[in-house]
Amino acid sequence: MVKLLFELLMAYLATMCFGIILNIPRRALNMAGLIGGFAWGFYWIISRLGVGIAFGNLMAAFLISVISMYAAYYKKMPMVIFNIPSLVSFVPGGQAYQMIRNFAIGHSQTACGFLVQVVVIAGAIAMGFILGELYHQIWQYGRKKMGTHYES
Amino acid sequence: MVADEQKQLNVINACLLAGRILIENGSEMTRVIDTMQRISHNAGVDSAQMFVTVTGIVISVNNTPNAQVATIERRTIDLDKVARVNELSRAFAEQKLSLTTLAKRLDRIDNDTPTFSFWLRLLAAALLSAVLLIVFTNEYVDAPAGFVIGGVGYAVFDFFNRQFKVQFLSEFIASLVIGLLAAIAVRLHLGQYLDNIIIGSVMPLVPGVPITNAVRDLVGGNLISGPARAVEALLSAAAIGTGIVCVLHFV
Repeated sequence: MVKLLFELLMAYLATMCFGIILNIPRRALNMAGLIGGFAWGFYWIISRLGVGIAFGNLMAAFLISVISMYAAYYKKMPMVIFNIPSLVSFVPGGQAYQMIRNFAIGHSQTACGFLVQVVVIAGAIAMGFILGELYHQIWQYGRKKMGTHYES
Repeated sequence: MVADEQKQLNVINACLLAGRILIENGSEMTRVIDTMQRISHNAGVDSAQMFVTVTGIVISVNNTPNAQVATIERRTIDLDKVARVNELSRAFAEQKLSLTTLAKRLDRIDNDTPTFSFWLRLLAAALLSAVLLIVFTNEYVDAPAGFVIGGVGYAVFDFFNRQFKVQFLSEFIASLVIGLLAAIAVRLHLGQYLDNIIIGSVMPLVPGVPITNAVRDLVGGNLISGPARAVEALLSAAAIGTGIVCVLHFV
């Protein structure tokens, strides 16, 4: 439990820092951090439950996408401000590095293994975003049907 | 008739400026097109046609002979500007602004939007490196080394990016410096694992915005911009990787 809180805090910090580097508006920093922390906590829990990396990343990316959408409506800001910083903890940095390192020292077999991991994780995140986008479109359609004024 | 043409020209110019700011600062294409259409629609020009790619915008109004073009030469990332243009477009839709004030405000966004100070960004980059080092590797010993080297790497990147305006070159040099410093730190026993230090320190350079936008553009059906941005992200990643490989050969 303490470990989970620690991981949440770390992801929160990482998201805020990446937000500062990308120069997102000040009043969105905290919200973006919360989304990043929450998504990472969710990923941490479901990966403990024995879900594979592909499905875990997919669910997390979907979650980020959906929460960012609601945050964007709530704060009246573009969605990119929330979903790009939140994603930083999910970047397969370790695997990408190991891939490059193994290619460099000539262990092509190991490198290919890591390459597959990188492609799978990146693909899962992209797929999660696509599903999130789909959700967004459906939700928008629903709102238009109900006759509420929509503006992004 | 002349007044009408002048108005159309103003509308087109405002649209072009808004579109250029959005693309230059890392917005996705759907939002760019949507914002430009809203501005022209709300200004009373309904028949505007636009063609938007990551390197240029073409816009024309039906029944007039000339089309206007804006080229986009540099792409940085400043999401604050994207948010501000969005806000402005909203205010214009609610008719709180006239077309001339809109153009003036857009110009102001383009030229002086406050950014976080360099030292704050440096601190953020350093902290990001240390934090992600812990998250990715579950090791704590190298966090201080990651903090320092990540900060230095980001400073190098920022410096060269401002000097040369060639993003891939500055990414290459920054990752080269990171690799060298990490190797030196391990030699001097300031850090333990070379791999972990490099993984953490490289993270502030990761091309997160192009990757995310590539996916969103592809999903949105922008078959020119999506792959273009994916190539941009790949080139960045390759530049970083090459820098690291150069160092690893000698360690």
